[in-house]
Amino acid sequence: MYWEKMKVILNCTQIERIIEDLAGRIISDVPAHSDIATIGVRSRGEVLAQRLSSRLADEFGKDVPCGILDITLYRDDLNLPQGVGQPQVRTTEIGFDIDGKVIILVDDVLQTGRSTRAAMDALIDLGRPMVVKLAVLVDRLGRELPIQADYSGYKSDAAADKLVQVRFVESDGKDEVVIE
Amino acid sequence: MNSGLLIKNGRVIDPANGLDQKCDVSIVEGIIAEVREKIADRGRRDCNFAVIDASGKLVVPGLIDIHVHFREPGDEEEETIASGSAAAVAAGFTSVVCMPNTSPVIQNETDVEYVHRKARQARKSHVYTMGAITKGLEGIELAEMGFMAQAGAVGFTDDGRGVQDPAVMLRALKYATMFDVVIAQHCQDDRIAGKGVMNAGYQSTILGLPGIDPLAEEAILWRDIQLIKKTKVRYHAQHISTAGAVELIRAAKNDGLPMTCEVAPHHLLLTEECCDEYDTNFKVNPPLRGQKDVDALRQAVADGLVDALASDHAPHLQSEKELEFLAAPFGIASLECALGLYIKALIKPGILDWPGLIHLMTEKPAKVIGIDKGTLGIGKRADVTVIDPETEYKIDVDKFRSKSRNCPYHGWTVKGKVEKTIVGGEIRFEA
Amino acid sequence: MKWHRKHLLGLRELSAEEIGYILDTAVGFEQVSTRSVKKAPPLRGKVVVNLFFEDSTRTRNSFALAANRLSADIIEFTKKSSSVSKGETLLDTARNLEAMGIDIVVVRHNAGGASRFLSRNIKACVINAGDGFCEHPTQGLLDVYTIRKIKGTLDGLKIAIVGDVAHSRVARSDMWAMTKLGAEVTFVGPPTLMPAQAERLPVKVSYCLDEVVEKVDVINMLRIQFERLGGNPFPSIREYSHYFGLTAERMKRAKGDILVMHPGPINRGLEIESEVADGRNSVILEQVTNGLAVRMAVLFLVNQAAAQRID
Repeated sequence: MYWEKMKVILNCTQIERIIEDLAGRIISDVPAHSDIATIGVRSRGEVLAQRLSSRLADEFGKDVPCGILDITLYRDDLNLPQGVGQPQVRTTEIGFDIDGKVIILVDDVLQTGRSTRAAMDALIDLGRPMVVKLAVLVDRLGRELPIQADYSGYKSDAAADKLVQVRFVESDGKDEVVIE
Repeated sequence: MNSGLLIKNGRVIDPANGLDQKCDVSIVEGIIAEVREKIADRGRRDCNFAVIDASGKLVVPGLIDIHVHFREPGDEEEETIASGSAAAVAAGFTSVVCMPNTSPVIQNETDVEYVHRKARQARKSHVYTMGAITKGLEGIELAEMGFMAQAGAVGFTDDGRGVQDPAVMLRALKYATMFDVVIAQHCQDDRIAGKGVMNAGYQSTILGLPGIDPLAEEAILWRDIQLIKKTKVRYHAQHISTAGAVELIRAAKNDGLPMTCEVAPHHLLLTEECCDEYDTNFKVNPPLRGQKDVDALRQAVADGLVDALASDHAPHLQSEKELEFLAAPFGIASLECALGLYIKALIKPGILDWPGLIHLMTEKPAKVIGIDKGTLGIGKRADVTVIDPETEYKIDVDKFRSKSRNCPYHGWTVKGKVEKTIVGGEIRFEA
Repeated sequence: MKWHRKHLLGLRELSAEEIGYILDTAVGFEQVSTRSVKKAPPLRGKVVVNLFFEDSTRTRNSFALAANRLSADIIEFTKKSSSVSKGETLLDTARNLEAMGIDIVVVRHNAGGASRFLSRNIKACVINAGDGFCEHPTQGLLDVYTIRKIKGTLDGLKIAIVGDVAHSRVARSDMWAMTKLGAEVTFVGPPTLMPAQAERLPVKVSYCLDEVVEKVDVINMLRIQFERLGGNPFPSIREYSHYFGLTAERMKRAKGDILVMHPGPINRGLEIESEVADGRNSVILEQVTNGLAVRMAVLFLVNQAAAQRID
């Protein structure tokens, strides 16, 4: 009998540095006068989006609005047996018009690419952004769709069957990324 | 050499002759010859007996069911007199009484003779019939009671419906005074009942179905009691179902009125809660009522207030019952498992003992309709049923000889297996 | 919790938790109707049949639009446009449709238990859009959704349901949903329009609207349905309106923040005066809007539950 141990691969300091780095790269990429906003994918992407948003706001010296996107309705696996989890439809809270904006779509983990595909379909139904860029904290192997992050934080080569969990103070009480 | 039957070692229960003991019964030429202990196998020189060993079994007069629907003429796909009487003997019944709500209605002597002829051809149970009180069961004009009575009708009823107009009912009762017949009533006021499909109460409310108020039954019963007080004709209340009806009958009998009544197995066993899943096998008229009504009916049986147990066997096609509850026809087809049901409802909880039950299935119903049956008296025609009272078995509707399967008791475990049914000295059913 | 029901036949068998889950899901769907692209893809490729054996443009359109918003394909089947008039049974009708490959049946029928009967005999999901006077679950759900949205919770609220309760499926579905969510419900109407053994239901019963109207937080006026009434349970419209109509005069006795509801369509001047139906306490139109979100939620959930089956 072997006991799967949960391993912390990123601690809160490391996470802080990665977010710092992501923000930096976005800032150097995006012109200062751009109409920029972040939108986080439920449910941990929103925390990350919030943090990025405030850093970008500091740097640009103006408000960078932040929205929350619920992608349940756009998932491509709704008609498949769900096993343990069952997605609950929650609200999308985007209090601004996305037309013509530079949208930084934010998610915690990018693996198969399906969530991102769903998020893009959801966004398109909400309006027509000028450009959408994807920023993720953890970039894993195992794409099932041709989707890549514009800004990825930590590149993980964890095997496909392992679960990489991102936890934030706001939602889970502590900043860390674990693999189990 | 005559042939005969010798039924040995059974517990002979014959309430008509006050008998309940272990003894033998001999039948010669279709007549009951002797009922005593230790009849020798080769006792009579002129007779060859076929011997039936009835050890551990009950030997009773052929059972009688005075309320069945055999759908012939008109709805032969649901049941015929042949299939119905085959079902009857398989269930231990040697005499049954058909209701006249066929198509066309049994309302003259030819119709009565038709039923008798069909029964003779089938050679299963005796089949009697009641005639209609009014032409076409329309409740307006009287039908030819006299001719029907002469042809052998054992009573009159508009069953399926009740006679709504009190003036017509009064006229029917007055007219019947000329003949020695029993007038039977399906007690239901159509206007109070309305479009009801089950008992009116909490269940019908939450199931969202129109209900039949118990008052629909009790109002007509009360009305008829007043009419009988004047006319003094023999009156039989069919399939009573409510506690209120029981009280009305109790009072009427106490007043000495010539009143009898019958109860169906479903009203002794099932309640309106059974309709919870909208299973149309529980849709019946009068409808299944509440527990207090079931209790009142069982008590009425215990008190000797009830004169007959009658199945109200109402066969329907699967396609007819496979409709939404609102639209399906009323009726439960339970002739073939009736005995087991009565045992479960009355003997098991100790409400009746075996002689009490047999009395309600032989002598008493015979008296209601005035036939010389339900007895093992010497010289009477030999209608005998042999019953295994102890072996348990499961009711299997797919094995029914009846054509129809609309029966909610499938899978029920009951006792009271019929071993042999003898009609006029002939074994017409063997398990 | 996990939603596992592939049918929605009534609210009587749902737990308070399940009802809450539907309402929460509906919140997520409200937005789809208000944004510019009013469609979402969860039911793409699925076929929804509106199987209506009773006249109803309102509920039928609401379901059709809800299905549409979820990208489903819709078949409309009303009694007049089928072989039902030639005597085809309910079951045969449903089976014939199923043979064409359908996923969800929304059925309205005049027989209590009809949707339950269908659910036992066909493989598709069944949503009850009203069966006789048994239940109208989506109406019950949108009613409590509307109340919850405005009042925050139903716990402790006093609600009156007024009218022909005996023949009202809306009253029954409301009763189940509202009492499960903690409200105190009173049925108000003439004795001739109260259901059998109403005293055994989890509600109070009153024959006097004036007494009740001053105590309640929500009042739901049922439509008096002439087409359903046999005999005449009250002598005249005049007399009914006098005792049980919600008039502007009666409203003066009510709480200032009372919600006035009606499942529609309104008989102006009979059970409710125009002034009240259009007044500031009325949430009748909100009910219609909310009905769309609730029905989308229900379609989404039953479809998802059906997908869970490893059939």
